Order: sequence, then C-alpha cells, then structure tokens
Amino acid sequence: MAEPTPAHTRPRDAALGSGAGRVLLLVYGIFAVSAGARAGVQIATKFSEAPLAFLLSAFAALVYLAATIGLAVGGPRGRLIALTSCSIELVGVLVVGTLSVLDQEAFPDATVWSRFGSGYGYVPLVLPLIGLWWLWRNRPGRP
Amino acid sequence: MNGPLSTATIVVALLLGIWYLIRSALNRAPSNTDLWAMLGLSALVAVLVVVAVVGLIGGDRPGETTTFIGYLITTVAFAPVGFYLARLEPTRWGTLILGVACLVLPVLVLRLQQIAEATGG
Repeated sequence: MAEPTPAHTRPRDAALGSGAGRVLLLVYGIFAVSAGARAGVQIATKFSEAPLAFLLSAFAALVYLAATIGLAVGGPRGRLIALTSCSIELVGVLVVGTLSVLDQEAFPDATVWSRFGSGYGYVPLVLPLIGLWWLWRNRPGRP
Repeated sequence: MNGPLSTATIVVALLLGIWYLIRSALNRAPSNTDLWAMLGLSALVAVLVVVAVVGLIGGDRPGETTTFIGYLITTVAFAPVGFYLARLEPTRWGTLILGVACLVLPVLVLRLQQIAEATGG
C-alpha cells in the first residue's frame, strides 16, 4: 500500500504522507476492493437478474478506487480527482439510498449505496464526508 | 463454519478492536503486546480458515463456492496485512489501523457464515 515514494516529491496534502491519511486510505481501499469484488462476482454470475444494481456496484467501486488514488497522491490533480469522486459518492449514497427506501422494486439486489449503506454499517455514508473533510482541512493556502 | 470457533474469532476480534480504538484515542503507538495480540488473532483466523478449507475438501460445499473461497482468502490475509501496515506506522494511527482491521474481521466471518448457510451446509 505505502509506495516508497521519496518524501520531497510528494505533495503536502497527499494522504499517504500522514498517519491519519493512511488510515483513511486503508478504509477507502477496503471499500474499493470489496465493492469491486462484489460487483465482479455479480456481473460474472448473474448479470441478467439486476443489471442496473450490478452496474451501479461496479461504478461505485471505480469511484472508490479513484477517490483512494486521488487522496493518496494529493497535489492539484489528486485533489481534483478526490473532490470529484467524493462528491459523486456523497450524491450517490444519498440518491440511491433514498430511491432504495422509496422504491424497493427498482433495486431488488443490494448495492453498496442501498439504504444509505446500511449493509456496510453506514460507512459508505460517512466515508465521503471524511474524504471531503480531509480535502478541506488540507486545502491550499492553509498554513 | 458456524461453530464455536467462529464465535470465538468474532468476540476476540471485537474486544481487540475496542482495545485498539481506546489505545489510539489515548494517543498510543502500537506496543509489542498490541502487535503480538494481532498475530494471535491472525493465528486464530488461520485455524478457522483451515477448518473451512478442510470442510471444502471434505465435500461440504456452499452454493457460491467461488465467493466463499474469495472471502476465505481475504479473511486469512486481513489480520496479517493490518499487522504489517501497523508496523509501518509507529504512531497512534498504526493502532487505529489495527482497530479498523479488527472491526472488519467480524464482518468477513459473518459473511462467510451467511454464504455457508445458503445451502444449509
């Protein structure tokens, strides 16, 4: 996980460069892997049952992966990637969570974001907020 | 998969996880005891996974065997990876890594139990 990048080439806001950031990356990484593996199995074995839910799972996995990488590398590009993906996560978990509560027919099979991530201990709901908080706390121009 | 060994693993992991969270909140880096405890948990999980693999070889196959094996690999690797990452981070955050790993492990064991139960096996 921790690439042996020389410290002087790493942006100051790279999450890899601090202990708290490494914990954040660990949790993001766990979600990228678990959502990705789940989507992979679902798409490979029973795609026709609920294509929308499974594609959504795969999309969520990609977003988690992008957020992990963006937070890890930092710098202007990393911040942009992380900001975009954390925002998509937050919107996704709120929209999909609301829809899955209102219209259970549309989401017969669970995704990471169904019911606001209750199947994952509501971590999917909290994680983008922590990511955005991290970006805000390490915003450029802050001493 | 649903025997006392699974229950013991879940309980030990949760207790250790709470312990690590408290230690991290008190700003403590992982001590030697903390790291040894994680290795102990890794050993317990390894025993659990070996028992499950023996069951698989013995013909006790759950419906989604591939998923089951995937979870087994993840489960057996999880505590050692947490241990390794905590060694790299000798601060309170290393202790928090141990805590997070300990709190994810019960979820993995529960999922293994669910998959094993799906065929009543």
